[in-house]
Amino acid sequence: MSTSAPRSVVSELRARIARLEGRTAHQRAVLPFGVPAIDRVLPEGGLLRGALHEVAGGGNGAVDGAAAALFAAGIAARSGGKVLWCVTRPDLFAPALAQAGLAPGRVVYVECGDEKSLLAYFEEGLRHPGLGAVVAEVSRLSMTASRRLQLAAEASGTLGLAIRRWRRQTEAADFGMPTAATTRWRVSALPSAPLPVPGVGRPRWLLELIRSRAGECADFVVEACDDQGRLALPSSLADGQGAKDVGRRRASA
Amino acid sequence: MLGDAAPPPETPIVLVGREGRRREILAADAAAQRAGLRVGMAASKAQALVRDLVMRDAEPDADFAALERLALWALRRYSPIVAADPPDGLVIEAAGATHLHGGETAMLADMVARLKAAGLSPRAAMADTWGAAHALARFAARPTLVVPAGESAAAIMSLPIAALRLQSTTVDSLRRLGLDRIGDLERTPRAPLALRFGSDIGRRLDQAMCRVSEPIDPIRPAEIAEVRRQFAEPISAAETIARYIAKLVSELCILLEARGQGARGLDLLCHRVDARMVAVRVGTALPVRDAKRLTRLLAEKIETIDPGFGIELMRLAATIAEPLDAKQIISDLASPPEADISDLIDTLSNRIGGERLYRIVPVQSDVPERSVARAAPASPDAGASWSGSWPRPVRLLASPEPIETVALLPDHPPVTFVWRGVRRRVRRADGPERIFEEWWRSDAELDAVRDYFRVEDDGGERFWIFRAGDGEHGETGSQRWYLHGIFA
Repeated sequence: MSTSAPRSVVSELRARIARLEGRTAHQRAVLPFGVPAIDRVLPEGGLLRGALHEVAGGGNGAVDGAAAALFAAGIAARSGGKVLWCVTRPDLFAPALAQAGLAPGRVVYVECGDEKSLLAYFEEGLRHPGLGAVVAEVSRLSMTASRRLQLAAEASGTLGLAIRRWRRQTEAADFGMPTAATTRWRVSALPSAPLPVPGVGRPRWLLELIRSRAGECADFVVEACDDQGRLALPSSLADGQGAKDVGRRRASA
Repeated sequence: MLGDAAPPPETPIVLVGREGRRREILAADAAAQRAGLRVGMAASKAQALVRDLVMRDAEPDADFAALERLALWALRRYSPIVAADPPDGLVIEAAGATHLHGGETAMLADMVARLKAAGLSPRAAMADTWGAAHALARFAARPTLVVPAGESAAAIMSLPIAALRLQSTTVDSLRRLGLDRIGDLERTPRAPLALRFGSDIGRRLDQAMCRVSEPIDPIRPAEIAEVRRQFAEPISAAETIARYIAKLVSELCILLEARGQGARGLDLLCHRVDARMVAVRVGTALPVRDAKRLTRLLAEKIETIDPGFGIELMRLAATIAEPLDAKQIISDLASPPEADISDLIDTLSNRIGGERLYRIVPVQSDVPERSVARAAPASPDAGASWSGSWPRPVRLLASPEPIETVALLPDHPPVTFVWRGVRRRVRRADGPERIFEEWWRSDAELDAVRDYFRVEDDGGERFWIFRAGDGEHGETGSQRWYLHGIFA
C-alpha cells in the first residue's frame, strides 16, 4: 500500500506531461527490439514510433555507413508497411536489405541531388501517415532541421531514421552536436561470432545508445540483423537460440 | 507511310506537287538527292535525269495531320505547350518541363531517340526563342543542340538566311544582293530592306533575336477534358491563383467523372495579359480524380508561376486521362488495410522527376551489379526477391576498386590486402563463391570468372572482395583482386 501511492502519483504526473506535450495515444506506439536487455533501457520499452531516431556508424562506418544502414533496415523491416529511403549516394545494395527482411517491394528510394532537398523529402515522407518508416542518409543535421523532422514524425506517427553518414572521417565529430532526435545510436562492427571451423560467423556489432530522451545511455554487444531484421544477444551473454543455427549453416556451406 | 509496300531505300523517291502552273519536286529523299535532284526542280526534268524515279503526289493535308498527331504525342510526353510548326517541325516550350526529363540535353536526346525508333530522322535544338531554335534545329543540330540561355543570338549569326522562316523568293532575292548569313542581314540597315521586301525580314529577325515575343499557340485536341476561367480583372496574388486552381480542379473532376476517367497528367496554362503563357504540369502515378489531391499537387507549383502583369485566363486540362471506375474493395476487417502511399509518390515525383524516385527490383543475374534494376515506384510488386543464401554487402561500390593482396593460389582468400592506403590483415574469410560472367553479353565475358570472398579484418570490418579469374587459367581473368562491397 505504501508503494502504490507514489506510483499512482508518478503515473498521473506522466499523463499530465504527455498531455502538455500534446501527444495522443497512437503517437505513443512503440516498436520493441525484441531483445529484453535493450528494450528495458528505453523508457517506452522500445523505439518510439512517431519520432526521429539517429544512427551513425563508428570508425570507418561513419563514412561507409554500412552497419548503420543495416541496423536501420532491420528496424524498418520490423516496422511493417512501406519504407521511403532517401539517399544522396546511391550505393545501397538492395539484396542485403532483402536479407535483413526488407523485401524489395516495400522500399521506395529517392535519390536527391543535395542535402537540402534530401531533408525536404525526408520531411515530406515523415508527414505521410501511411509509411512504416522513413530512412534518410544525411551528413549535417542541425537542431532546426531535426526539430522539424521530429515534429513531422510526431504529427503522423511515422518512424523516422536518420543515418548519419559523412564524406570524411574528420567530419564525424559533427555527431556530438545536439539534435532534437529522440534517440541516438552508434553501431560499430565487431569481430563476428567465433565458429568451430574457419569462416565468418554471424556479424556482431557494438551498439551504443548515446542519447535517449528521458532515458539512460547504454551499450550492448549484439548479433546483427537476421532475415527478419531482429537483433540478438550473443550466445555467450544470453541463451542465444539463433546464433548456433547460423554457425552450423556456415560450417556446412 | 507506305509500310511494307515502300520501295527499297536505295530507290530515289520524290514527292511532286503543283507550284503555280508547273509540277515540281516538293521533297526528295537521300537517294534522290545523291542522283542530283533538288527541291524546286521541274518534275519532267527530274524524270529525264533519273531512270526508275518513283514519283508520288505530295499530300500536304495528310502531312499536316501527321504533324498534329506528332504534336499530340509530344504534348502528352514532354511539355504542356506544344504546337506544330509546318511543314516539318514541332515547337515545344521547354521551360518548366526539362527537370522531369533529367535536364535539357537528356530531354532532347530522349526525344530524338524515340523519334528515330519510329523511323524518322529528327533533329532538335533548344534555344531562347522559337526563331532561334527553328534555325538551329534545321541548320546546326547534329542531331541535338542545346544553346545556353542568352547565347542564342550569337549562335545563329553564322547560319544561312534560309533559316529565318522567310519566303523562298525573299531568300533568293537577298542572296542575289550578296546577303548569305543571318549576321550579314543583321548588319544591313533595316529601312532599305523593309522598303524593298516588306516588314517580314525585320520581324523574323527580331523574333529570332528575342527582341519581340512570339507566343506559341498550343494545340488543344478536342478529346482532352479541359476547363477554363476568364478573369475580367487580371489576377496575380498567389492566394487568388490557389483559390481558382481549387475551383478549376473541382470542375475538371466533375467532367472526368462523367467520362469515367482519372487524370494521370494535368496541365495548367495561365495566359498573361502580355500575351505570354506560363504552364505548370503535374503527373500522377495512377489515375486520380480526387479534387483535394490534385489541388495539392498543383498548389505546390504556384511559386513557379510568374504572373507578370496579371493572368487573364486560366485553363486546366487533363492531358493524360485513363479510365477510372469505382472499384469494390475486398475488406478484411481483421487486418488493417494496406496503406496507400500513391499520393506521396505523386508529390515527390512531381518535385524531383520520375527518374530519381524508384523501387529496386530483382533481375535474374549472378553478376552482382546486374542483379538489381530500377522500376517505377508505382509499378506492381511481383513479390520476387533475390535467391541464394550467400550474404550480400550493404554497400556496393560503383565500380570494383583494385586492391593489393598477398594470397595463395588458386582457392585461398588473401592473407592481407591494401585498400585505399590501409593495410588490413584478414582474420576470417568465407568463400570462394564463384560467379561466372554472362557469356552471351560479350566476348570478353566468355570465360570470365569471379571468385568472391567475404573477409573480416582484425577490427571486425567485413568486406566483399573478388579475384578476377579462377586462379589457374589465364583466360578466366586477370587474376587481380578487387574490393566490391562493404558488409555491415
